[in-house]
Amino acid sequence: MRDFVAEKVKNIPPSGIRAFFELVIGMKDVISLGVGEPDFHTPWHISEAAIYAIEKGATSYTSNLGLLELREMIALYLENHFKVTYNPKQEILITVGASEAMDLAFRAILNPGDEVIILEPSYVAYCPLVTLAGGVPVTVSTIRGTTFALDFDAIRAAITTKTKALFINYPSNPTGKSFSYEELDKLAHLAREHDLVVVSDEIYAELTYDYQHVSFSSLPGMHERTILISGFSKAFAMTGWRIGYAAAPHDIIEAMMKIHQYAILCAPIAGQIAAIEAIKCGDKEMRFMKKEYDRRRKVIVSGFNKMGLPCATPEGAFYVFPSIQRLPFKSEEFCRKLLTEENVATVPGTAFGSAGEGFIRCSYATGMDDIKEALRRIDSFLERHGLSCTEQAAG
Amino acid sequence: MDKDNLKKEILDILTKDARKTAADIAVMLNLKEDIVSASIHEMENDKTILNYKAVVNLQQLKSDKTHCIIEVKCSPQRGVGFDAIARRIYKFPEVKSLYLMSGGYDLLLLVEGDTMKDIGFFVAEKLATLDSVHNTSTHFLLKRYKEDGIILETQEKTPRLAVTP
Repeated sequence: MRDFVAEKVKNIPPSGIRAFFELVIGMKDVISLGVGEPDFHTPWHISEAAIYAIEKGATSYTSNLGLLELREMIALYLENHFKVTYNPKQEILITVGASEAMDLAFRAILNPGDEVIILEPSYVAYCPLVTLAGGVPVTVSTIRGTTFALDFDAIRAAITTKTKALFINYPSNPTGKSFSYEELDKLAHLAREHDLVVVSDEIYAELTYDYQHVSFSSLPGMHERTILISGFSKAFAMTGWRIGYAAAPHDIIEAMMKIHQYAILCAPIAGQIAAIEAIKCGDKEMRFMKKEYDRRRKVIVSGFNKMGLPCATPEGAFYVFPSIQRLPFKSEEFCRKLLTEENVATVPGTAFGSAGEGFIRCSYATGMDDIKEALRRIDSFLERHGLSCTEQAAG
Repeated sequence: MDKDNLKKEILDILTKDARKTAADIAVMLNLKEDIVSASIHEMENDKTILNYKAVVNLQQLKSDKTHCIIEVKCSPQRGVGFDAIARRIYKFPEVKSLYLMSGGYDLLLLVEGDTMKDIGFFVAEKLATLDSVHNTSTHFLLKRYKEDGIILETQEKTPRLAVTP
């Protein structure tokens, strides 16, 4: 019998996160800092609105673009929060999670061989999605020592005549880094100079601490060349509802919608109704969750730094990306040892591209007590291996 | 962070978990421990923080204690309104909480007794006989579902995947 799996798919490496997930299954008493979703339940009024709608018989297809009311609410929200204007009838598409929006965006804009600049470390899906869409991902590392500042010379050097798009994700999974206005402005300048379309994954926009998120399409001249992607999963603790959206100029949304209508038809109606409730009345719970993440963020950052594992304070999302460069382990080995010896699950930085070597990703979307216990276990791991920072200093 | 905001943040943490130490709170708020301690002391002194208690699931305890809510209609007195009668009532140790209400009655009491008979005695002998009390309406508590924001029934946990992107 022939091998039925396509070469294109075979050549895509499996997610490094998946490998770790298999390891964790079956282990008991594991504290997981490996989870990329909120530990909160969806606020009850949101779930209740969806249950009520189902009881009332809202179980049908919706328009391909998604419920108009939801698109109108999203347009209003984007206008109020980020000062970007989109026409809900033509420039917003509701998708099955932000993940689908990303897939659609790449498939809609890429011709075979078109290159996409992706900043690493980056979320696991971006490069494979570009490849599957027939494009070529070109990665640029953002690692500078133990921080993640952008190197514009490196980005510039990666741009060729085939470069079609620049992909950005901020606040970032896995680093929690966001861009300063100056950095965004420079990225915008590059996009203009090389006539690039910018795919901007801003799913963590609401989970920005200390300052206000700036949406890429609000930068001068960027509205017409940006595909803004976001969704409800992270800020409203709605991962399982699978509701995301893309906002972009009409011709791009039209192209994305063409693929979406054939492949998906429409996002599930119950999720869309829940999303309407979230965006209308979910602000209070969202702020509550954000405050909680903020406190945990401070605890986990201080915990890692105290152990001598340099950890930049993330500007957003719910991840920290501490450096383990001073330890005699590679990321993968460290995470495996930590899991088997201390029952703490973290994700090796290399799961997010080779640039992530020497780092681990820890999610603080987990209870405060678990975070503290995990930090204690990591500390005792270091101690047992003679790697505590005090011992190091003494040695 | 200004002083009032600091107090609000600390209270927000302590009302959820009173066992959080000043050191814990200091890390959570990225502040120095002595600043947090000083603020807590100040709130203890000025009676903003009255007490630290455990929230107990009485169902679990299989306690025989009986609880009821009593609505009281009474007449206010010139010069002191409802305060004088409220003072007379709240001094009874059976009365756990007492509130002045708007609506169909004036005072709401949460009352605890060892048995239903005890509560009956308290209402008939102590409460209803007070001069300005016209009418009482006693509702016995049958089952507790939620206490102080905490749902008491054990809820099935939907497991999260241990590692996700």
